[in-house]
Amino acid sequence: MAENANDIRHVFDRRAVRRRRDRAAATFGAHDFLFREVADRLCERLEDVRRGFPAALDLGSHGGVLAATLAGRGGIETLVQADLSPAMAARAPGPLRLAADEEALPFADASFDLALSCLSLHWVNDLPGALAQLRRALKPDGLFLAAMLGAGTLDELRGAWIEAESAEEGGVSPRVSPFADLADAAALLQRAGFALPVADADTITVTWPDPFALMRELRGMGEANANEGRGRAPLRRGTLLAAARAYAERHADADGRIPATFRVLYLSGWAPASGQPKPLRPGSAQARLADALDAEERPAGDKARPK
Amino acid sequence: MNQTAQGVDPKLLEILVCPVTKGPLRYDAEAQELISEQAGLAFPIRDGIPIMLADEARRLDDAPGGAR
Repeated sequence: MAENANDIRHVFDRRAVRRRRDRAAATFGAHDFLFREVADRLCERLEDVRRGFPAALDLGSHGGVLAATLAGRGGIETLVQADLSPAMAARAPGPLRLAADEEALPFADASFDLALSCLSLHWVNDLPGALAQLRRALKPDGLFLAAMLGAGTLDELRGAWIEAESAEEGGVSPRVSPFADLADAAALLQRAGFALPVADADTITVTWPDPFALMRELRGMGEANANEGRGRAPLRRGTLLAAARAYAERHADADGRIPATFRVLYLSGWAPASGQPKPLRPGSAQARLADALDAEERPAGDKARPK
Repeated sequence: MNQTAQGVDPKLLEILVCPVTKGPLRYDAEAQELISEQAGLAFPIRDGIPIMLADEARRLDDAPGGAR
């Protein structure tokens, strides 16, 4: 996955993303383990920031996991919850909820002090556009803080599908999403105009009794395959069984349980404001570094000379 | 808060704009729609939840409630 971070990639079928979530909404609470875990980690990061955020947005609110985890933290007075899926939005607690598309946000400029997103932005085609719109929806010095799945996620499953499809059908189709990597995410934050952009990542490994349980769980989370280029033909039973076998052979532990890796990227940045710390203009120094260090200033070596 | 059982919270109405044009929206309480004149779209409000998806919006040149 060496896609250029500048490209808008139409790799996800957004209608399919919405349908997956609409279908998952009614029983999402039985499959929200990963969302609760990541929401916890996101809220910890919010607690590191020592100021209040009266007006907040949760973009990709799913069933309201983040709202429940926040539970009054961060000095939040109003929390607007938005999800691409109307069925998910309907399950969010509280009166301030709506269906909205991350790629075409319906919020006036400078509406929020804080924009949060928990495990939703990895389904967005136009991530640069979504981030720029989020930045504009923030008030000056507003905080954007998001978690999304990144490169490395579900690599075991991706490998198992590739092995099974090439063996059974003589070709492969994208069955696991391409994910952004950490360097892409950091570059996108900067490009979207966020001040003090920070991106980091951690890995969550979850085990399931078998690969079928993992696939059921992904469906239950509304995270099943929604790649634009996915095969539309019905999945052959032989291919499915071969994928499950390949997964178990390569990854099962002594008890037969299989692990799945979720690589979570955390993105944060601030809407620019005049009082924020900024790097100085190059050449604007008022004193020499050598004086401050009480050292002798020496040239670093031969200067490049034209030949 | 003066709103009907199915109405939208006024706090939400304050910050919502048209997702297509970022222009203003007019709240039609009777039809339960948010209307973007600039985009020629009416976004439905279902059970008090604004559905701000262009896919789901009614084109203003169509009859209200008619098939899209």
